Amino acid sequence: MAGSSGEDVLVTTEWVAKHGGDADVRVVEVDVDTAAYGQGHVPGAVGWNWTTELCDTVVRDIAPKEKLEALLGRAGIAPDTTIVLYGDNNNWFAAWAFWQLKIYGHADVRIMDGGRKKWLAEGRELETGTPSPTVTTYEAKAPDMALRAFLPEVQKALVDARTVLVDVRSPQEFTGEILAPPGLPETCQRGGHIPGAKSIPWARACNEDGTFRSREELTALYGGAGVTPDRDVIAYCRIGERSSHTWFVLKYLLGFERVRNYDGSWTEWGNLVGAPVEKP
Amino acid sequence: MTGLRSEEFSERRLEVAGWPINVVTYRVGERYYCTVDNVSPGARVARGEGASKEEAEEVALEKATRYLSQTRRVVTEEPVE
Repeated sequence: MAGSSGEDVLVTTEWVAKHGGDADVRVVEVDVDTAAYGQGHVPGAVGWNWTTELCDTVVRDIAPKEKLEALLGRAGIAPDTTIVLYGDNNNWFAAWAFWQLKIYGHADVRIMDGGRKKWLAEGRELETGTPSPTVTTYEAKAPDMALRAFLPEVQKALVDARTVLVDVRSPQEFTGEILAPPGLPETCQRGGHIPGAKSIPWARACNEDGTFRSREELTALYGGAGVTPDRDVIAYCRIGERSSHTWFVLKYLLGFERVRNYDGSWTEWGNLVGAPVEKP
Repeated sequence: MTGLRSEEFSERRLEVAGWPINVVTYRVGERYYCTVDNVSPGARVARGEGASKEEAEEVALEKATRYLSQTRRVVTEEPVE
């Protein structure tokens, strides 16, 4: 795809302004704030709600295959469509959607560097209302669970020197000083972190304008903490969306082969009876 | 509706209830929107909208103050000797 920003999974706001309406491209907005899309969005973009559409709303789980297929079909997406994701909070839930789309094998998924904030800051065109794409019948691939870590794998990692755990929450969540990000409801019984985890807050991967830091800066950031491509890496946060952002950085911007997102994260570990916790 | 743009985009840091916050405000059409995040980790805490920048920010900051005031710092018990 010509015009991407150099990394084949990132596109610039400028590229989206030029190509967002191309027939083989579908732009999708996924925000933490599910009301943001309605204020105005990239022209032609569809909006996905992470609280209802990118999860199983009965069992705590990612979207089941059939549900994701229906979502993609309603968005007019075919297996060969280029999906460009963007959202608020420096693409937190855009990365969450990216992770799920890769689990279900969609080939060409990209993220708009800088997300919604950069689009707004640049004063680019907005549209209100909801587009009505021609519905498709989408068949997803079998889920690739090599991209996802479950509790037993994290427990094994505690005694496996080849695996490094990366805690991407804030330093105050890592130390257990607070049980949730300031201003949000507490969702765990204990504070602290999984023993041995390295603290690398997700936001260190971003510049002030929301774009990702350079490959050199990212290599230094993670490598300096012992998070290197030769290791098995498991990233976690509180509910798995911030860690999907770090998962994206490690796997797609730095090319790590073995990196998984532990979406159970601290809301699982911090509520487990008897689970070891390290503080600070 | 098409042809809209965000205008008057601004971003600044404040402190509320002892926590640093990031305040982003912009206008789309006739409405002003304000979002407040908690800087670290950057989660959105509150939003507001209104007919003016001041109104949108007042709504968002009032909510942010209320929510951030409820955040407790956990004190780990010292072992009893």
